[in-house]
Amino acid sequence: MSVNAALQGTSYPPAPAYAVGREKIREFALAVKATHPVHLDVEAARAAGHADLVAPPTFAVVIAQKAEAAYIQDPASGIDFSRVVHADERFTHYRPIVAGDEITATVTVDRARAAGTGGMVTTRTELVDAAGQPVTTVLSTLLVRGEE
Amino acid sequence: MAVIFTDLSVGQELASTTLRLNRADLVRYAGASGDLNPIHWNDRFATEVGLPGVIAHGMLTMGAAVQLVTEWIGDPTAILDYQTRFAAMVPVPDPAGSNPAGAEGAELTIVAAVGKLDAAASTARVDLTVTLGEEKVLTKAQALVRVAAA
Repeated sequence: MSVNAALQGTSYPPAPAYAVGREKIREFALAVKATHPVHLDVEAARAAGHADLVAPPTFAVVIAQKAEAAYIQDPASGIDFSRVVHADERFTHYRPIVAGDEITATVTVDRARAAGTGGMVTTRTELVDAAGQPVTTVLSTLLVRGEE
Repeated sequence: MAVIFTDLSVGQELASTTLRLNRADLVRYAGASGDLNPIHWNDRFATEVGLPGVIAHGMLTMGAAVQLVTEWIGDPTAILDYQTRFAAMVPVPDPAGSNPAGAEGAELTIVAAVGKLDAAASTARVDLTVTLGEEKVLTKAQALVRVAAA
């Protein structure tokens, strides 16, 4: 098995909308040791001008990875997940993610390159809100180690 | 104290901290993020796929490291863009006789410095240096931060 380069440029149908919850934001904030009150205290978030609790800067990965699964787990992708190494990640935020958001994520395979029995893939996941407005772009590159 | 754009200069060190990750931190991140890859919580599996043992999620290191930027600027929503490359693994020890929830774990050093300034946009690129011992764990770890002009 090796990465299927023919899927480069392919977009997958979006996963069902992800409902961003207060307790999920608190749980994620605790897990990444993010202590700013806007992640934890609704009153503090509102006082800072936000509708509700604000997600930490890398929270979008939770939504993006669910969406990326459509590609990674696609048998046609040629990706052996047990041999995957995370190479890079990037978040570009157009506005903060807040509790109450309904986020739809669409994955596009920006790059798929085969190398031996592995390869390298870059996915771009566009997160949009219920109004269809852009929220975050997530770029992720995975290295698929070849068999020795 | 509020951060003002005109007080910043390229190369200026802004903050530094120490981040400790133990096995309980990895389990907590696995649950919170939904990344249940067993290389982050099962030594047998990690070893069988050729790793030295359980390693931290790259996304945990990335997610926790940026807290230093949040503390410096005082507002997580000022972080407009954040990227990194994962350069080295972070093995997380499990010393005999320790409680994994209380163990010191792996100790990372994080330093934040100004990498670039854009006066027109009033943004600063904050570069994070994240090391485990002498080894850089993250490279090109850059946060683009909105800074008050005055």
